[in-house]
Amino acid sequence: MEYIYVLPIGLIDQRILKSLIIEIKLKFKHQCSILESIEVPSSAFDSRRNQYSSTKILQKIVDIAPNDTVKILGVADVDLFIPVLTFVFGQAQLNGRASIISLYRLRQEYYGLPTNDALLIERAVKEAIHEIGHTFGMTHCLDHKCVMYFSNSVRNVDMKTDNFCDSCSKVLSNKIIGFPWEV
Amino acid sequence: MRGDVRILVVDDEPIMRDSLSDWLREDGYEVGTAENGPRALEMVKSEQWDILLVDLKMPVMDGIEVMREVKKINKDIPVIIITAYATVDTAVKAMKEGAYDYIVKPFNPEEIGLTIRNIIAHQNLVKENIFLRQELRKRYQFKDIIGKSHKMQEVFDLIRTVAKSNSTVLIQGESGTGKELIARAIHTSSLRSEGPFVAVSCAALPETLLESELFGYERGAFTDAITTKKGRFELAHKGTLFLDEIGDMSQKTQIDLLRVLEEREFRRIGGTKLIKVDVRIISATNKDLKKLVDEGKFRDDLYYRLNVVSIQVPPLRERKEDIPLLAEHFLKKYSIENKKDIKWIQQDAMNLLMKYDWPGNVRELENIIERAVVVARGDSIGPEELPPTLHVTEKKHIKPIVTKKLKDVEKEHIAYVLKVNNWNIKKSANLLGIDRTTLYNKIKKYNLKKI
Repeated sequence: MEYIYVLPIGLIDQRILKSLIIEIKLKFKHQCSILESIEVPSSAFDSRRNQYSSTKILQKIVDIAPNDTVKILGVADVDLFIPVLTFVFGQAQLNGRASIISLYRLRQEYYGLPTNDALLIERAVKEAIHEIGHTFGMTHCLDHKCVMYFSNSVRNVDMKTDNFCDSCSKVLSNKIIGFPWEV
Repeated sequence: MRGDVRILVVDDEPIMRDSLSDWLREDGYEVGTAENGPRALEMVKSEQWDILLVDLKMPVMDGIEVMREVKKINKDIPVIIITAYATVDTAVKAMKEGAYDYIVKPFNPEEIGLTIRNIIAHQNLVKENIFLRQELRKRYQFKDIIGKSHKMQEVFDLIRTVAKSNSTVLIQGESGTGKELIARAIHTSSLRSEGPFVAVSCAALPETLLESELFGYERGAFTDAITTKKGRFELAHKGTLFLDEIGDMSQKTQIDLLRVLEEREFRRIGGTKLIKVDVRIISATNKDLKKLVDEGKFRDDLYYRLNVVSIQVPPLRERKEDIPLLAEHFLKKYSIENKKDIKWIQQDAMNLLMKYDWPGNVRELENIIERAVVVARGDSIGPEELPPTLHVTEKKHIKPIVTKKLKDVEKEHIAYVLKVNNWNIKKSANLLGIDRTTLYNKIKKYNLKKI
């Protein structure tokens, strides 16, 4: 049996992780399991930017992925960046195995607003499906309701749904057919 | 989804190059990378790129130099300069050198995404514009004839209709309206298009020469006929014979032409053998042929033979809405011919073109634009490049005609001359060019009195 794994990086709320595996199972029609959490790799911290390099954490995820991994999603709660961008909500290996999301900028508190756990879970689910979608070779969609719509702000994350649009659903179905399970 | 858009990322830092290209790939673009300027130039020469993202600070060639060289290869590629070391000076320099945008690393994802989408939207608009212009040109251009006016659209419809038939066509219109172009358009749109199109100007040749031109001659038919020569009728076999300025044809040639039209056969001058030809006749004139018929100068039977289908070509002054389109067409034609990069006609110059009456019609417009292209120094045509005749029209203020009797004018003028000369009869008569007796008679006649 192969799995889509969810890997907590640092201390992550179990309610969020459980919500993620339920939705991942549903969207990608495959077994999903939570791995033991790991520490946030200190080597990924960039003191100049006061952020964590998502590329370095992604590499760490690839290194520790179990043998029966089909896809693996890291879930962190630190501010992530890639060198050319000021921040990222997440990152994925396009057509690869690993992806990562961060809850850091998905929290209402980051924007000076009161905590809203339900909204955080909703946002985390959308970003998780989005990044795993990239590992299946999906690129950004122009339909702002589609989960593959590119979100550069929480406003955009809130605008989209956690579903694939018709056209992306078809593309995903074709991609999934190539994997060792039935859709 | 955006896979048809190709972006080339030029950056010497692998980590920047890779993270930017990965991020762009996630967005669905096809991405290429180059680690320095020379490699980027090679890739621009050998492949088609829609957008270039070029780092400013690089060894060997900096981003501005790369952009400059890229623009020499393809001036239309949008280049975005990216840098981690932003200064106002470099930003200004980059924009002055033709950068589409200047973005500071690290980018806000929203900013870079929006810039790229704006470029794509702009490029799509440019492509759409080119496509629509081509479509319009197709609609407003029939072969080499241009016109969007209702009158010209009617002419195009008529050409399309008559092209399918074999009927003789009479094209009437002022000089320079493009009658021969219409004849050629009919020929090339007809089933005879593979055959020859032969044109003869009936006004250019004296009667005997025209006859030998049309029908040819046998060796020895006259003193200079040292060899047999085929006439235009024979040369136009299976094609179209265009008889221009038919109104100038002599009575004798009219009879010969009528015979050929009726019998579809003729003899060369000095020949005995009947030659059969399959020729479509299109004739043209700038004269009122019906009037010539009424005056007995043109045979009515020939007139009706030639005038099975009649096409009236409107003079340019009656289709002024076509002037911008025609002017643009000639501007492009002569810019290419003269290896000049003249892109547009200034509004003031266009106003002059629109106000002029164009007695020489499209041919005159073509000549004026050709001349303007030759003398123009900048990238446009202004009023100063247009000949004085066009300026005169604009400056001339035509006074309204006041109906006055000649005798009233004479009376007023004599009274005026007498007044300015203080009624000195001798001086006034001299100025008026008449003798004193005549002046006295006029004073009496008009009852003029010294006040």
